[in-house]
Amino acid sequence: MSGATQWANAADFFAMGGYGFYVWGAYAVTAACMLIDPLLAARRHRRARAAIDEDDA
Amino acid sequence: MRLSPHLFAFASPARFYALASRVTPGLWIVSIVLALIALYVGFFVAPTDATQGDAYRIVFIHVPAAWMSMVLYLAMAAWAAIGWGLNARLASMFARAIAPTGAMFTFLALWTGALWGRPTWGTWWVWDARLTSELILLFLYLGYLALVESIDDVRRADRAGALLAVVGSVNVPIIYFSVKWWNTLHQGASITMSAAPTMAQTMLVAMGLMTLAFWAYAFAVVFKRTQAIVAERERHARWLSASPA
Repeated sequence: MSGATQWANAADFFAMGGYGFYVWGAYAVTAACMLIDPLLAARRHRRARAAIDEDDA
Repeated sequence: MRLSPHLFAFASPARFYALASRVTPGLWIVSIVLALIALYVGFFVAPTDATQGDAYRIVFIHVPAAWMSMVLYLAMAAWAAIGWGLNARLASMFARAIAPTGAMFTFLALWTGALWGRPTWGTWWVWDARLTSELILLFLYLGYLALVESIDDVRRADRAGALLAVVGSVNVPIIYFSVKWWNTLHQGASITMSAAPTMAQTMLVAMGLMTLAFWAYAFAVVFKRTQAIVAERERHARWLSASPA
């Protein structure tokens, strides 16, 4: 195990050995999608609950 | 034979709704903690690959996303079939709740694959068997979603969706075995039941932890979306007004 020493500094880390565009492009879109999906599910749930509360009112 | 009344207790939408409220926060914690550890191991412990450089680090999300895309499809088809065959309402709702998340993981498998293929193969895309069958999987998910949304009668929509999902499930083994059956540009499986893995230990650890994180994530999101669908469909049931969100 090389531990945390394989990156000389932050710039080195973000450069990803020249593959930064590909690596971060993959991770950024994955993070964005995995954030949006549960937010949409939660919104759908909130709206369904609101409709029930309306019925009750 | 008499079945225990407890056996099917959670098949009731009301019971499931209460259960999901209790377990979802824990699933989120598990998912986030595992993902953070996986990222740490993947970026700070796992070494740079000798042939692919650091581009290979896409594997830590690419393979888990691809696995989830297939597992979720089979889960969706199975729940849809159960909902159809046994007329179990909650099973059909699970199938509907799984589809968007499954489609998302399929898109992510393709997206991360393209960004990995470009620097290592020199191309974003090829029409080889693995990539093409995974693209078909995305179309199956989107077709399922479009079909069930286009039919107003909920139970008819569930049945039509179930038919599409079950027929489409033949595509999953085709994806899985495509790298064996055909000569593909895509590499073969890194992990199989029959042989030692072809990856370094730390790389495997990062990929395994991320896979578990994605599993917990999928359960959390699907539970939340199922709750939304239950609330939509059982809008006029009295138990919902009394239950906490």
